[in-house]
Amino acid sequence: MHQLWLIPALPFAGFLINGIFGRRLKKPVVNAVAIGSVLLAFFWVVNTLLSLGSLEQPYVERYFSWIASGTLNIGFDFAVDRLSAVMLLVVTGIGTLIHVYSIGYMSHEGGYYRFFACMNLFMFFMLTLVLGANYLVLFVGWEGVGLCSYLLIGFYFLKQSATNAGIKAFVVNRIGDFGFSLAMFLIFIQFGSLDFQQVFAKAAGFSPEKGVGMITFICLLLLLGATGKSAQVPLYVWLPDAMEGPTPVSALIHAATMVTAGVYMVARSAALFKLAPVALDVVAYVGLITAVLAATIGLAQNDIKKVFAYSTVSQLGYMFLGLGCGAFSAGIFHVMTHAFFKALLFLGAGSVIHALSGEQDLRQMGGLRTKIPVTFTVLLCASVAIAGVPPFSGFYSKDAILVAAYGKAPWMYWVGVITAGMTAFYVFRALFMCFFGEYRGHAHPHESPLVMTAPLGILALLSLGGGFINIPEFLEPVFGTLHEVHDQSLVYISVAAGLLGIGLSYLFYVLKPGLADSLADTLGGVYRLVLNKYYVDEAYQAAVVDPLVDGSRTVLWRGIDAGLIDGVVNGTGASARGIGGVLRHLQSGYIRRYAAWVLVGSILVIVAVSFTGGLK
Amino acid sequence: MDFLPATVPLSWFLILSAILFTLGVAGFLLRRNIITVFMSIELMLNAVNLTFVTFSYRLKQVDGHIFSFFVMVVAAAEAAVGLAIILTVYKNRSTLEIDDVSSMKL
Repeated sequence: MHQLWLIPALPFAGFLINGIFGRRLKKPVVNAVAIGSVLLAFFWVVNTLLSLGSLEQPYVERYFSWIASGTLNIGFDFAVDRLSAVMLLVVTGIGTLIHVYSIGYMSHEGGYYRFFACMNLFMFFMLTLVLGANYLVLFVGWEGVGLCSYLLIGFYFLKQSATNAGIKAFVVNRIGDFGFSLAMFLIFIQFGSLDFQQVFAKAAGFSPEKGVGMITFICLLLLLGATGKSAQVPLYVWLPDAMEGPTPVSALIHAATMVTAGVYMVARSAALFKLAPVALDVVAYVGLITAVLAATIGLAQNDIKKVFAYSTVSQLGYMFLGLGCGAFSAGIFHVMTHAFFKALLFLGAGSVIHALSGEQDLRQMGGLRTKIPVTFTVLLCASVAIAGVPPFSGFYSKDAILVAAYGKAPWMYWVGVITAGMTAFYVFRALFMCFFGEYRGHAHPHESPLVMTAPLGILALLSLGGGFINIPEFLEPVFGTLHEVHDQSLVYISVAAGLLGIGLSYLFYVLKPGLADSLADTLGGVYRLVLNKYYVDEAYQAAVVDPLVDGSRTVLWRGIDAGLIDGVVNGTGASARGIGGVLRHLQSGYIRRYAAWVLVGSILVIVAVSFTGGLK
Repeated sequence: MDFLPATVPLSWFLILSAILFTLGVAGFLLRRNIITVFMSIELMLNAVNLTFVTFSYRLKQVDGHIFSFFVMVVAAAEAAVGLAIILTVYKNRSTLEIDDVSSMKL
């Protein structure tokens, strides 16, 4: 036994201590508990992985039978294989760094202990999700991280927009989770188990000649679940709004870990998806559409966190594109590198916001390069990483995905390359608007304390060098060998697209600052369309939310609840009262009258019995 | 005594029982004094007892006897409770008129 349960149990203990006693504890104690528990979890992950050796085969620990009913037998089991090993290291490693950073970022905020309690609870659920050895344990973590996401988006619960964003995230995720639950039911019907090893063993022995309709359906439902959690078209709308939460939350939950749970789940179910080429195509299309759509929206956003939020959606689209092209390991590779550089982007943005005392609008920034040089340096590292400049981390993972896309269909590669160009453009646009030119705001920028800059520095190193960790090769025992098209020109083209994006961005926002506005004027309608995020939120509001609210109000509430149900209930009462009003006249209160009724009744009974021929 | 048969026929017992029962019912319905009403109830019970015993004798079965003993026991208990109630009523209301004790009506 390697005591895998300790990994999630440590943050959970932290959650209990801070959640129950946090109000009475001093800040250093809260910090020590929160960060200590996550750091210990990280060490335990490292220790476990070292002692488990090469992990060619999954290592499973079975704790107890959780649900046993008929042929359904679900154990509370944890497992580690190379896929979850990558996720575990990313989650606990980046989680620790972000916890440390939060000490500085949250130092002036109220509800300090509540923040860290929720963060620890999130770590617990995320680690349960990654460690779960069957779909149901995974689902427990899946729902739990959704809960923590809701709690932390609505952390500033006095702000109406924050609570609304939390509710939106929760409700949109319900749609996806509905698909996931149905998928689990069908998996049980089809394979008679929810245990990963058993399901995938049976899937491996499944002959496609018998028809893959059911498997395709299962995969599409799983994909629906993933689109909710990982913010893909059509359920991506919650993620940009989720930026209402504190910035470390955006970095940890809505960039580095939770939103990649969908990618992890699809990759985990690779054995099923490989049987269903149609579903795999849909995954690729969804990813590609999301990547392009979100990237174009990101071009025109003025809120620094919104830019990075749409960038996250777009990069998640990339991961799905990779998965859909059968390059599961490339998708997970991008999960890891994205976790490095996107966590860094958000934490860097948080450092900028911290320096400007809460300002998030890029138009109110500028010229900060000399004022907060450390933040500038680390954000530059993250930007070159996400733009795919070799030899930094984003280059390797994005390149692996794009090459796989070329293997599936060349047009997908070209769309992906254009998106890569846009990615480079909007990230550097944010960087240039923030750090170059003249300072346009009114705050007094100050560099963040060491407790914030130290995690930034570590993440910067990881963003720059993370690409040298050869994740596709490491994951070969899980997904098999990645079949790559070896064509150097594909690599050059994608790098060129990234550099072109950076160049254009430099031209528009540093060399000729007026050019962007005049271009926006020229493009008028298109610009407004992109600025308003294609009016997707408005369309959803009109097509789904309003009919639902109005329908609930008029039909369900006024019609069925107030009209029918209340009518039946009140009618029952009213009719009972009416009948009683008539019958009360029988209750005269005179014993002799009651006795007379008894006599009349008895006579009637006797008469009736006589007419029917007497008692037999 | 020729007009009397050698043995008393069954119908005579039953007719007597019916008369007693009817007297009981009439007393119960018509009298206003609670004590009289109470005695009428006893009369009805005894009319029924007579019927039980008659049939028990005729059919040579003991069931009817047992039933009538049961009725007597219940009647005794009822008399105890009933008389206690009547005493209480009289103490509270200073009346035994049954129609004056109708405060339960709406």
